[in-house]
Amino acid sequence: MAKQVTIDAKGVHYTPLNQQIRKAIEDGADEIVVNNVLGQRFIGNGLRGNATIRVNGVAGGDLAMFMSGPTVIVDGNAEHAPGNTMDSGKVVIHGSAGDAVAHSMRGGKIFVRGDIGYRGGIHMKQYETQRPILVVGGSAQTFLGEYMAGGLLLVLGLDGAMKAREIGSGIHGGEIVIRGDVDEACLAAGAKKLPLTDEDRARIAPVIREFAADFGLDAEPLVKANYTRIVPASARPFAGKYTWE
Amino acid sequence: MCGIFGVMDKRRQMMDGSGIREALSIMNERGSGEGAGYVAYGIYPDYRDCYALHVFFDNPGKSKAIVDATLEQWGTIEHDEAIPTCDQPNLKANCTPWRYFFKPDASLAPGSASPEKDVVTSIVMQINASANGAEIVSSGKNVGLFKASGWPEDVADYYRIQDYEGYIWLAHNRYATSNPELWERPDPFNLHDWSVVENGKTTTYGANRRYVESFGYNCSTGTDSEVIAYLIDLLTRKHGLGIDLAIRALAPPYWDEIDRMPEAEQNLNRALRFAYGSATMNGPFTVVAANPDTMIGFTDRGKLRPMVVGECGDRLYIASEETAIRAMEPCVESIRRPAAGEPVIGRVAP
Amino acid sequence: MSSNFGSMPLRYRITIDREQCMECGRCVENCPYGVFRWDGNRILINSRNCTACHRCLTYCPRDAIMLQEHPCDYRSHPVWTRAVRESIYNQSRTGKIILAGMGSVANLPIIFDHLMLDACQVTTPPTDPLREPVELRTYLGKKPSKLDFTQKPNGDVELSTELTPNLMLETPIMLGHMSYGALSLNAHVAMARAAKETGTYMGTGEGGLHPGLYPYQDRMIVQVASGRFGVNVDYLERGAAIELKLGQGAKPGIGGHLPGEKVSADVSRTRMIPQGSDAISPAPHHDIYGIEDLPQLVNSVKEATERKKPIFAKIAAVNNNAENVAAVARSGVDAIAIDGFRGGTGAAPRVFRDHVGIPIEVAIATADQELRKQGLRNEVSLIACGSIRESTDVIKAIALGADAVYIGTAALVAMGCRVCGNCYQGLCPWGIATQRPDLVARLDPDVASKQIANLIHAWTLEITELMGAAGINSIESLRGNRDRLRGYMLDEGLLEILDVKSVGA
Ligand code: SF4
Ligand code: SF4
Repeated sequence: MAKQVTIDAKGVHYTPLNQQIRKAIEDGADEIVVNNVLGQRFIGNGLRGNATIRVNGVAGGDLAMFMSGPTVIVDGNAEHAPGNTMDSGKVVIHGSAGDAVAHSMRGGKIFVRGDIGYRGGIHMKQYETQRPILVVGGSAQTFLGEYMAGGLLLVLGLDGAMKAREIGSGIHGGEIVIRGDVDEACLAAGAKKLPLTDEDRARIAPVIREFAADFGLDAEPLVKANYTRIVPASARPFAGKYTWE
Repeated sequence: MCGIFGVMDKRRQMMDGSGIREALSIMNERGSGEGAGYVAYGIYPDYRDCYALHVFFDNPGKSKAIVDATLEQWGTIEHDEAIPTCDQPNLKANCTPWRYFFKPDASLAPGSASPEKDVVTSIVMQINASANGAEIVSSGKNVGLFKASGWPEDVADYYRIQDYEGYIWLAHNRYATSNPELWERPDPFNLHDWSVVENGKTTTYGANRRYVESFGYNCSTGTDSEVIAYLIDLLTRKHGLGIDLAIRALAPPYWDEIDRMPEAEQNLNRALRFAYGSATMNGPFTVVAANPDTMIGFTDRGKLRPMVVGECGDRLYIASEETAIRAMEPCVESIRRPAAGEPVIGRVAP
Repeated sequence: MSSNFGSMPLRYRITIDREQCMECGRCVENCPYGVFRWDGNRILINSRNCTACHRCLTYCPRDAIMLQEHPCDYRSHPVWTRAVRESIYNQSRTGKIILAGMGSVANLPIIFDHLMLDACQVTTPPTDPLREPVELRTYLGKKPSKLDFTQKPNGDVELSTELTPNLMLETPIMLGHMSYGALSLNAHVAMARAAKETGTYMGTGEGGLHPGLYPYQDRMIVQVASGRFGVNVDYLERGAAIELKLGQGAKPGIGGHLPGEKVSADVSRTRMIPQGSDAISPAPHHDIYGIEDLPQLVNSVKEATERKKPIFAKIAAVNNNAENVAAVARSGVDAIAIDGFRGGTGAAPRVFRDHVGIPIEVAIATADQELRKQGLRNEVSLIACGSIRESTDVIKAIALGADAVYIGTAALVAMGCRVCGNCYQGLCPWGIATQRPDLVARLDPDVASKQIANLIHAWTLEITELMGAAGINSIESLRGNRDRLRGYMLDEGLLEILDVKSVGA
């Protein structure tokens, strides 16, 4: 039987809060429900294992940073940089999130039902079997996928038009997949548009289905929808910039 | 870092300072406990026709006479008193906050469209530029600014800001990088109508300062918020720009974007960049500012600092973190994060 | 009458490593100064004619040629230096003013090299110019100081201020004025193409506009100097902007002189003067004897061109530079180019070149300051020129208050010039500063224009990197932003004049 622990975060500083969460995991909890969260940072920071942490409230900055394994589910919004330098595991945010979501993320999944701010997926990177995935249900703002070096960044645009400009600025690995058409003028230098092939679609379909399941959406129309795929024009976009003394 | 917060009630319904104190202190992670400040509009209804001057005296016995004399030379002091304070164990008072209710003599700035404000401006410049142990920290009508070196809660309790009721409040939680001991140093910064809080640090302080100083302003604190307050005053009051255009001048669109605009808009934006190139602010910042009728918020055009906007009934909130808004308004109706340079402008119903 | 000096010590010595030399004779062909000649099947050397232009070294396939400067020592003396003694020998032999080419050789500290740039660390993030915009686009010309609006019936406001013409530059680096006549047509064409390719402009100098440059006329700033060579209404109309040359940094207060040997048929046509005659530019414009005459000339040029073009004025940086700039700013010009005392030249009297004028760094700083003080800064753009050597000079000049720079010598060097300083001889072995057809043919405009464009491009990249590192994403935020400079080993007085803090402050 799964063991559940509930923690009241009201007025609690993040350090004792994280200590309580760690203690619960050590004591064998599979699911930790943290209520009344109001901006406490670093929840789930550096946690290993496979517990599930449910955050009720507004998660503060750097949620699940360096996290390696657990699942964090936020019933609310998150501030800046959830999933920062995350290794593995999963973050599910039922609301929206601030700037620099999934910054330098190297593995695992982040699903945001609402919008994300500026510089989403900045410098996500992949290595061997580690391949990070960020899925945004709503829209993203400018500099989406900046410096991106690997992984998958999927934007579904469920709530209206995409606002991002300068998409994929400095992208040199990975792929950004956006539902619908993307105006060429919104692409940054170094990024190029490609049509989504059947293979690509087959690759992203399980991700879309998982996202839809997490948020109770109808997956199939999304799987079939029209997507734009944005990839690096080169793996070494700035190699031609330097000369030796 | 720093955390900033602003709230406005569009129908001038009053809020006491306790909620603002909550909102600001929940962002303590953004501060260093070496500076916090609050400014509120509408707190002095009994003296609504007077300019309320909040002054920090190093030693009132020495400096007050100088300020009294200067004020009497430029107008009439209706009333003055020490600002009530309540000692806090964590706060080391190193100055005496005082307030004057003052009526400037408009005939001393002939030919000006806003003579009273010109008189108040020159009094502020004159007193703050000279080393006389007095620093005017706010100077608007029905406005008062309360700041000190310390954590937001301690500063709020020191001034008992829960005893003041205003319809616009701005607040600032400071992460100090220099002069942590100076009480006049933290934001907000005020010059008569306008008050400013900033999160960030521009990379254009030198260019902006040189620009405003060529119009007679004197930047004595070395802070961004001071320059920003002067820039806004210059652009809106002296140059007659609407606040939306003033913000556009301070955080203009990129040329690429301008090139894609329809011709009339292109012309306007080009003209703004031509005229106000030296006023343009660069580097990471979020600014929240207010005057008696307006509260505004905008970020740098690269969007390097956060800004969250919340709305709930008649209230408009602008803050560094959503958390701060929810600390004061747990059931806030909408939360959004405007794009870089996109101005948020809230106006009080006339 | 001969002197008793006899043979002076050699300035340069050329040697050939006879083991390496394969006697191909390329050096003989390439040296226009006649240093090499065949004697049977042996190459003889007359080092005395050498100018250190490096042409022979460049074309020797075996690296057999070596050049040495000052192969003969004088007795060293800190006061009676070699240069001082050689000038005395020269003047006591000739009784004349010494002319010299290229810019000042005075061994004075270069202020640019004592200004350090800033970079962001913890309180502000740097901007990465590769991924996020850093704008170098620069508009040169008059800007409004304040905007006027009219209220439309629907409540919208409409701009009623009319903008006057400005030049739009993609990078704040322009190619400065060096005339056709002083330079070859190929050099001019190369510069014009580079200006077009890099989105900037080039100055014609005072030698008129050769028809070969008409295709690039929208990239040309046509110069009107005191000699008015090649100036007619057609010339004025062709230019993108018009520059009135009031002075030159290498020789403030004196005029110019193109020797008759350089006035070829083509040059004569372009300058509209007889072939072979000297082209003499008077010291002043003889229609400007007082400052109030300047607006006359400015307005006259503006009327002639229907006020459609920005008008620039160029002055040399001298003692009361700030006043001069303020005076010119009131004349109605749209931009002022200030030429520092290190500015280049084809030929100038040595005493002027090395002793008259002030450094460009100081001139720009004081001009910007004074214009701001007098509320005139938006009336004119400021262009810094005279020894802009690298991208950091550009960025420092702008931080001190300039809007843009002109480069001259740097552009010549980009085409191959070795700064030998013998431009006035008209024998430039690189085909740059000559009219001799065989020498001109050595400069391929396609290659040379690519080299100049590369240089501008590389500097532009460096400027964006430096600005990004300082967290500045538009050039106007750098302009006059002296807080981002620090002076290293500059004296207090100079720091105050520059309004720059010392390192550490
Ligand atoms: S003048 Fe030039 S080409 Fe002639 S010898 Fe000297 S370096 Fe060589
Ligand atoms: S341009 Fe002048 S300095 Fe340069 S190589 Fe030619 S002659 Fe020598």
